[in-house]
Amino acid sequence: MEPTSLPAEVYVAGVGLTPVGEHWNTSLRELALEAIRAARQDAGGLRPQALYAANMLAPALSGQTHLGVLLADFAGLRGIEASSFEAAGASGGVALRQAYLAVRSGLIDIALVIGVEKVTDRVGASVHAALAMAGDSDHEAVQGLTPAAQAGLLMRRYLHEYQAPADALAGFSLTAHANAVHNSNAFLRGAVSLEEYRQAPRDSDPLNVYDAAPLADGAAALILARREVLAASADRPLIRVAGSSVAIGALALHDQPDLLGLSAAEESARRAFHQAGVTPEEIDLFELHDAYSIYAALALEASGFAGRGQGWRLAAEGQIGLQARIPVATFGGSKARGETGGATGVYQAAEVVLQVQGRAGANQVPGAEVGMAQCLGGAGATASTHIFAAVKP
Amino acid sequence: MSDAPRTRLLKPTRDVGIVGYGAYIPQYRLPAKEVARVWTGGAGGLPIKEKAVAGQDEDVITMSIEAARNALARADIDPTEIRAVWVGSESHPYAVKPTSTIVAEAIGATPHTQAADWEFACKAGTEAVQAAIGFVGSGMARYALAIGMDIAQGRPGDALEYTAAAGGAAYLLGPADEALAIFEGSYSYSTDTPDFWRRADEKYPEHGERFTGEPAYFKHILEAAQALMHDLGSTPADYRFVVFHQPNTKFPQRVGKQLGFKPEQIQTGLLVPVIGNVYAGSALVGLTAVLDVAEPGDRILLVSYGSGAGSDAFSLHVTERLPERQGRARKTQDYIARRTEIDYATYARYRGKLTLK
Repeated sequence: MEPTSLPAEVYVAGVGLTPVGEHWNTSLRELALEAIRAARQDAGGLRPQALYAANMLAPALSGQTHLGVLLADFAGLRGIEASSFEAAGASGGVALRQAYLAVRSGLIDIALVIGVEKVTDRVGASVHAALAMAGDSDHEAVQGLTPAAQAGLLMRRYLHEYQAPADALAGFSLTAHANAVHNSNAFLRGAVSLEEYRQAPRDSDPLNVYDAAPLADGAAALILARREVLAASADRPLIRVAGSSVAIGALALHDQPDLLGLSAAEESARRAFHQAGVTPEEIDLFELHDAYSIYAALALEASGFAGRGQGWRLAAEGQIGLQARIPVATFGGSKARGETGGATGVYQAAEVVLQVQGRAGANQVPGAEVGMAQCLGGAGATASTHIFAAVKP
Repeated sequence: MSDAPRTRLLKPTRDVGIVGYGAYIPQYRLPAKEVARVWTGGAGGLPIKEKAVAGQDEDVITMSIEAARNALARADIDPTEIRAVWVGSESHPYAVKPTSTIVAEAIGATPHTQAADWEFACKAGTEAVQAAIGFVGSGMARYALAIGMDIAQGRPGDALEYTAAAGGAAYLLGPADEALAIFEGSYSYSTDTPDFWRRADEKYPEHGERFTGEPAYFKHILEAAQALMHDLGSTPADYRFVVFHQPNTKFPQRVGKQLGFKPEQIQTGLLVPVIGNVYAGSALVGLTAVLDVAEPGDRILLVSYGSGAGSDAFSLHVTERLPERQGRARKTQDYIARRTEIDYATYARYRGKLTLK
C-alpha cells in the first residue's frame, strides 16, 4: 500500500455490540466474534487489514494471552495484522487510538477495533485480585487497595473538600439506570429511585452499591476506514473521528499531586478538543467513565464541562439527561449498560457513533452531531478521549 | 413408538399418596445478625432472620428417626409393612455405612425392607419421594418411607454460613385410598450444571456465586414447574399452596412470582426466614407446614431444587383424611417455636468448627 502524501481522515464504517450480561454459556472468542460480525455487517462487509483487540482480564480470568491472533483467527481473518492492547479500563480507548493512528497514517485502509471482556470465567476473590492489578501492584494492590477502595477514597475526599451532601453523586446512577430502561443491550434494565440510592448498603464507604457499576461480559467493535473505501450510504450520516487522544498521569493514587484533578483526563480531553476544533459547549453528548460515580463527576470537571467541585451539581440539577445540557451515559453507561473492563471504551465509542448517526432509537439525544467518549484506566492513570462528528453533506 | 411422547408426566399405574408425614427441626437458633456481628461488624444485608442449628448429639440419623416417628404417628400403620426406607441428605454421617438401615431398625421396619441412602445436594429427599411413588405405584410395595434431612455446613465467613441449617421431613407413601394427600403426577428435570459442589475430601462445599442463580436455581425450577403444570393442564391459580426449595428468602419469592403465583400461596410453606436452608429437607419441611393447615380439596405444588442440577416437581391434592391426622404428631410451627438462641461461639463449638487437635 503506497502511503498517501497527506494524512488520511478517519471515518467510522460500522459498529457492532453484544448485549452486556453474564454470558455463562458463551466463551471469550465467541463473544468477540458476535461483535465483529455485527460490525462488519454494519460496515457493508468490509474486511479489515488490521485488528486491535482491547481487553484487560483475559490473562487472569481466562488463562488467555495473545488475544490479537486468537480473535482474528476465530473471526476468519488470518494474514492480517493483529495485536491486543491493555490499559486497564482505558484499553478500549487505547485500542481505538492505535486503530486511528494506523488509518490516519494512510498505511492501513480498514481497521477493526474489538473490545471484549469475559469476567464470568471466574467467580469470587480471583476477580477482585485481577481487578486490583490495574493499580500499582507493589504499592497499592499488595496493601489491599482495590479499585472500589480507590474510588471510595476519592469520593470521601471529594465530598469533604467541596462540602457536598452524601447523596451528591446519586444523579449519575439514577440517570444511567433511567437510560438503560430502553436499551435492550443493557445488563440492568430497571430504574433506580433516589430513595433506593440513599438506602443502599455501603460498598467501600462512602461509596454505596449504586455508586459502583456491575462488572459483566460483553463485546463491542468498531470499524475505522479511509473515506475512499466507504460505501456511500444515504440512510445515515458519515461519521468522522474528529479527535483522538491518550494521555497518562501517575499510576498510584498516592503519587497524584492533585487527587481530584484527573490530570490525564484533562490532558486527553484538551488534545481531543484541540484536534477537533471544538469546545465543551459544542459537545452534544459525553460517554464518560462511570465505573464509579465519583469518576463521572471528576471526568466532567477535568474535561471542562463543569468547574472544580461542581461536577456533582450537573447530576443533582438534572443537567445530564438525554434532553439536558450535557447528556451522559445515554445508553446506561457502565452503571447500567454494564461495566465491561477493556471493552467499555469501545462500547462508549460505538454508542457515541450511534447517537451522532441518529440511530439511538428511544435513547436518542435530539440533534446529536458531535459526541465525545472518554475512558479511564485505574484511578484515572490513563485516559483516552475520542470525538466523533457527523459530516454535514 | 415412532412418535415423540405426548407427555413427560411421571404417573404410576396405581395412584399413590402421602399416608403419613413428619417434620424435625432442632431447637437451637443462630440469628443471621450474630453471624454478621462476627464476620462483617454487623454491616451488610441479612438473607434470613435466623437458622436452626443441630445440637452436639444430633445428626442426620437421629433427626431422621424423629421425623419418621412423627410420620408413623400420623399414618397409623404397622412399620413392618414398610418395604423401603430411603434417606436423602448431603450430610450422611458416614461416607460408607448407610443412614437408612439405622433409621429402618429404629422405627421397626427391618429386616424385610429395602434400605438406601440418596444424594443430590438439596434434592436428595424429593428424589427419594419420586422413587417411592414408583415403588408403591407399581405395586411392588404397600408403603415406602422417603426422608430428606440435612445438617448443612457452611464455611466460616462464607455467604452460605448465614443460611446453612439443620432439619427436614419424612414422608410415608402408600396407596391413594389410605392417603392424606394424593399425588396427581410428578416430573423431574436434570442437567449437568455445576453451580455448587464438594469434593469427597473437602469439608466445605464451593459454589459459583451468581452462577447459582439464573442458570441453576431459577432455570430448573421454572422448567420443572412449567412442564408439570403443562402436562397436568393446571395453572398457578389452581393451587392453594406452592412450596419451593428455599436457599434464602428472595429466591423462592422471585421464582414464585415469575411462575405467576401470589405471595399468599407461597407464604405457608416459606420457612427459610426462621429456620434457614435445610438443604435436602428444605422443600419437604416446607410441605409439612402446609399439610399441617391444609384442608380437603386443597391442591399443592411442590418443586425442589438440587445443585448439579435438577428439580423434582409434584402436584398433590388433599383428601378427607388429613384434618384428623394433623394433630397426631408435633406440628412444624411448634418445632419452629421451640427455640433456644445461641451465639456464634456456641454454634462453632456445637458444629465442630473449633479444631482442638
